[in-house]
Amino acid sequence: MSVRKPLPRWADLILLPLINLCAAFFVCGVVVWIIGENPWVALMVMIKGAFVYPGSLGYTLYYTTNFIFTGLAVATAFHANLFNIGGEGQAYVGSLGILLATALFAPYLPSIFVILLCIVCSALMGAAWALIPGYLQAKRGSHVVITTIMFNFLASALMVWLLAGPLIQIGQQSPQSDLIPESAHLPSAETFFGWFGLDIVSSPLNLSFILALIALFVFWMLIWKTRLGYEIRAVGKNQDAANYAGINVSRTIIITMTISGAFAGLLAINEVMGVQHRAILNFTAGYGFTGIAVALMGRNHPIGIFFASLLFGALFQGGAELDFEFKSITRDMVLLIQGMIILFSGALAYMFNPALSRILTRVWKGGKQDD
Amino acid sequence: MIDFFFQVLWALDATLRVATPLMLCAMAGIFSERSGIVDISLEGKLLSGAFVAAAIASLTGSAWLGLGGAICASVLMSLLHGFACITHKGDQVVSGVAINFLASGLTVILGIAIFKRGGQTPTLSSDERFRPIELWFVDILDNLPILGSVYRELVSGHSLLVYIALICVPVASFILYRTRFGLRLRAVGESPIAVDSAGVSVTWLRYRALIVGGVFCGIAGAYLSISHGANFVREMSAGKGYIALAAVIFGNWRPISAFWACLMFGFLDAITSRLQGVDLPIIGEIPSQLMVALPYIMTIILLSGFIGRPSPPSAIGLPYRK
Repeated sequence: MSVRKPLPRWADLILLPLINLCAAFFVCGVVVWIIGENPWVALMVMIKGAFVYPGSLGYTLYYTTNFIFTGLAVATAFHANLFNIGGEGQAYVGSLGILLATALFAPYLPSIFVILLCIVCSALMGAAWALIPGYLQAKRGSHVVITTIMFNFLASALMVWLLAGPLIQIGQQSPQSDLIPESAHLPSAETFFGWFGLDIVSSPLNLSFILALIALFVFWMLIWKTRLGYEIRAVGKNQDAANYAGINVSRTIIITMTISGAFAGLLAINEVMGVQHRAILNFTAGYGFTGIAVALMGRNHPIGIFFASLLFGALFQGGAELDFEFKSITRDMVLLIQGMIILFSGALAYMFNPALSRILTRVWKGGKQDD
Repeated sequence: MIDFFFQVLWALDATLRVATPLMLCAMAGIFSERSGIVDISLEGKLLSGAFVAAAIASLTGSAWLGLGGAICASVLMSLLHGFACITHKGDQVVSGVAINFLASGLTVILGIAIFKRGGQTPTLSSDERFRPIELWFVDILDNLPILGSVYRELVSGHSLLVYIALICVPVASFILYRTRFGLRLRAVGESPIAVDSAGVSVTWLRYRALIVGGVFCGIAGAYLSISHGANFVREMSAGKGYIALAAVIFGNWRPISAFWACLMFGFLDAITSRLQGVDLPIIGEIPSQLMVALPYIMTIILLSGFIGRPSPPSAIGLPYRK
């Protein structure tokens, strides 16, 4: 085998992910076709459901907000070559931070401070939930993949116990917390645009979308513009080299996991403060796991993560539309698409690499001969 | 006293039923992880096995065909895992996550497409399932005082798949420690380069380990949907694959120890429903969520090296590059 030239940067960053995405959609299309529906029609229904119908864009961006947070969580850990599967649990307990902050501060402080404190507390709770797996990985050598999976289950058990027991709304049967005070509600997009006299269709989209955009920027600053980010990436590339360069590897691992958990914890802001106004059972609904697909597709870069989140937001919102239009395909299709995307742009990321580089080399050479 | 005796007997009986899929999945996990492949896709294989078993059993009316189908489906998932992380050297955890997603999606999509019951399969009649079987001499041994009841309640009266699972454990142990294949499999998980330089194919060896694991998970899936249960329900694996993975770690990647871990986790599960609302002396009522969380808590404590030292295969998680 001859030594092949690496792919040009643009092909590696844009063409290859696109090919992987197309492959994932193609396989899902085949499944739809086998079931006896028209994949093209299904795709059109999803696109319409995600962007065209009134209010649908708001829903899409609301989902996007969640995926930005969980995608950032996974991506932060990826930069240190750690795999945080625990976004789900970290986001789940993040809601406890909000409940705590509202209980402590809402009676005494003006709304804006309550909201800020809620944001800090939810991030802290998420961070705390990731801190232990991070510590165990760094100091005791237990693998963070396994421990974060376990911590998801622990979070789930803890939240069921809290929401059905100590935190249950008085006089309620279903496991959910009390409503949080109004001063901690985040204005919805409808309200926000209303301040400027604009009238938009009601949707769950709220100001946490802005917070998500800020988080993307913070993530970019952190990873590429700070000393800590450099340390994180160095540890991710080669722990021994990082250690030799004087970087405290275990400290970096612990900090990375905490930041990762903090990003995941912010998801609770969107759900609890923006939409539900209370903690309900399973409000994380798999968003934490979708973050893995988002980070993989977005290549751990904020711009990529934004577009990948948008894609998954559209998939979640458009997928719901499938329920209404088809008898035999439902929103569960989204799970399959997610699986395929993780498979093709994660595990099989470089499957098309040799073929693509061969084609590109040929095209490039062909062009040269024409000159 | 007699009452307490039967309580214990029933709890152990329930333990065995709950632990069966765990044991099979744990053996699958041991084969795959001992060969150096991280296997968090146990959950997905279990789920797809459960779905295919119930679907085929209800379409053909044969539990055996269901079992065969479950094994095929689960092995296919294993091969996909292998294709991604052995052939293409992809990340094993990512590939496992992908398979779990594929399994949750596909089982429901196909279930709705075929049976139109919102993802469930039709309830199977008793001859389409693996029914409890009475072992020999139950009636004769009944005359013995304690032994008779133990034999009737605990040993006899399980479905064939439970006995298969119990046999799988020593068989797995035998294969791993007493056969040439097992020796090579353990070697490839410790030092693939040594195996390779001895002229044995690392790729083929790891594929075989995954296939064996697929067979185990397929049987476990069939047990869930056509033996323990009578139909497939969405997400019916409900984290059992992960508990099995915890049992693998708890058993320090050894079949017999993992078997005891499965029984312990099964026992916790079995007594959880019994302890609900019961006031125990001194400690009072135990929240059932604590019992649910206990296997994970114990595994985390174990993993953190506070009791004993876990010794995972050294080459685990690393794709082999020549």
